[in-house]
Amino acid sequence: MTGATARLSRLLALVPYLLARQGVPIGEAAREFGISERQLVRDLELLFVCGLPGHLPDDLIEADWESGHVYVSNADAIARPLRLGVDEAVALLVGLRTLAELPGLHDRDALERAIAKLERAAGDAAAPGGQVAVEVDGHGRGAILALWHQALALGRRLHLRYHVPARDETTERDVDPMRVVVVDGRPYLEAWCRRAEDVRLFRLDRVVDAKLLDIPAAVPEDARQRDFDEGVFQPSPDDLLVTVDLSPAGHWVAEYYPCESIEDLENDVVRITLRTADTRWVERLLLRLGGSGQVVEPADLAERVRNKAMAALAVYNAA
Amino acid sequence: MSARKTERLLNLVICLLATSRYLTKAQIRRSVPQYADCESDDAFERMFERDKDELREMGVPLETGSLHPWPDDEFGYRIDRNRYALPEVSFAPDEMAVLGLAARVWQQASVAHAASYALLKLKASGVEPDESSLVGIEPQVRAAEPAFQPLWQALCARQPVTFPYRRSGADHATERHVEPWGIVSRHGRWYLVGHDRDRDATRVFRLSRIVGAVRRDGEPGTVEVPDGTDIRKQVMTFEPEAPQGVATVLVRSGAGHGLRRRALTIEPAGKSSPEDDWDVLTVRFWDEESFAEELAQYGDRVVVVEPVTVRNAVVRRLRDVAAAHSGPGDAAGGGDEGTAPPINPQRSQHSHGSHRSMAPGSAEDAEATAEVTVW
Repeated sequence: MTGATARLSRLLALVPYLLARQGVPIGEAAREFGISERQLVRDLELLFVCGLPGHLPDDLIEADWESGHVYVSNADAIARPLRLGVDEAVALLVGLRTLAELPGLHDRDALERAIAKLERAAGDAAAPGGQVAVEVDGHGRGAILALWHQALALGRRLHLRYHVPARDETTERDVDPMRVVVVDGRPYLEAWCRRAEDVRLFRLDRVVDAKLLDIPAAVPEDARQRDFDEGVFQPSPDDLLVTVDLSPAGHWVAEYYPCESIEDLENDVVRITLRTADTRWVERLLLRLGGSGQVVEPADLAERVRNKAMAALAVYNAA
Repeated sequence: MSARKTERLLNLVICLLATSRYLTKAQIRRSVPQYADCESDDAFERMFERDKDELREMGVPLETGSLHPWPDDEFGYRIDRNRYALPEVSFAPDEMAVLGLAARVWQQASVAHAASYALLKLKASGVEPDESSLVGIEPQVRAAEPAFQPLWQALCARQPVTFPYRRSGADHATERHVEPWGIVSRHGRWYLVGHDRDRDATRVFRLSRIVGAVRRDGEPGTVEVPDGTDIRKQVMTFEPEAPQGVATVLVRSGAGHGLRRRALTIEPAGKSSPEDDWDVLTVRFWDEESFAEELAQYGDRVVVVEPVTVRNAVVRRLRDVAAAHSGPGDAAGGGDEGTAPPINPQRSQHSHGSHRSMAPGSAEDAEATAEVTVW
């Protein structure tokens, strides 16, 4: 869409919205449409000079926002919103179906009603909705997810038994839930961990067991939610920089983990650098790569990887 | 300039919606002030043609029809109000709440925009959402792959596409011609399912391996998705459905939690010494090589008892890891002689190769290494 048609789309959505909410504060309406208040006023000024053929005062759309509240009238022709476009219908429908993938959601009934009504309202535009699918892991873990939702709704503390694969440990901890997020198809609980005294992210499929405690959650005011725009894995600049060479069988690592840099070397070798606060998962990754990954730096990490491999081989062979 | 054009288009839409009769071009020109100001007939014609196209592209159902039943009469234009307007639909507050949540799912800007516009249109019914039961739930769908947006558009338009694709392990890309059937996000990665025109077969593509521009390669509306196509199942066929076997593994106590959590049985290993406490687990696996990959990461905390093919695969991997990290000038064979088996240099060279295609029972298996002697 060009600038003019994009703006026209907005105006055609704005008018029905405002007609249904006479007196809505300018700021609220602007927020809903993701525009500045100044832009909203410009839109209203434009509406003000448009209207039915003839364009006599009685024909024009009336808009009043002097009081900081918006009133619109005399816009019968465009009082109903334009039908949903294919991309609009699909975007919303796939969003709903993604929610429906989430086990343990209380509002399943509302979700199904909303999907059915949206499909009816969108008509043919909804047809490609079945061609986009977002899978959410969590199969068989609905009970734990339901407990998370319950803890959030009631504002209560949870006790978790949680598996930490990087350390091959199962830990016990009390946490104060902040929110449930689903990132890259996996549900996580973001919570204030009372053991770490910090915000932690718990992946649903690694929760061994969860219990709702009879204690109110107490999330410190300065606890900060994380921003997941770049995914779950967010290294800090203070973390150790690790350089690994990958042969073709290990190239997937460059796609799978967020790398600081990726460089093609000779003979199909890809050199990546990663930042990590905890090198244990890197050691495990290297063991897993079976020689298709080679630590270049730091040297002591390479040595630890080698020692681990040798120790394992010793178990297979030693008397 | 743009504001003037928006004004003109809006007046045109209002004018064509307000009429039940078809309006001729001349009538339209008189009704829309910005057209009336046109300097020449030509300028008006050009402007009107472009405006019509743009409105249709936006999804405005602009119709042409004859003013009178007899032929040769002048054509006119109007917008059918029923086809223009979103059908009356009323959502309950809890339905509005899930719609609101659904609209916030998308992190990809253009799709997020489409979803929020859809929601705003539905909000025209005036119902405010009741979000009380959805506190703290924030699903997010990301689509970082540059190919996502053009493929999404191609799907919505049912239009064939072409793109350069680099297969896993291939060192160069080839141009593929595909009729898109669907896109699937699985574990946060996007896949395209479609009909590969060159191979005349259904194919699954990973969006991250599309290494250049996705271009349109045919007319919109020409892609037919065969009835009964299950795009999720197509993507899933990447993963085997039935387990390949059951392995017996020894796991040090307090270790191997990932394995323990899905073990079929867990028993104490019996003859363990006090300082070396092991459990014996039976675990289902799907693919020998990927299972060996998983087991190798536990190092000396997990030992495979059987099947021997998996055990060999783990040993081979561990040797390759040791060889790859044997340090500069140290031959692949360098190791702590006496505590670990000598490393076959050929084997370590092979590590970058194609052991995945090794057939069971091949020479690989004959290499059955030492007995497991932890007990």
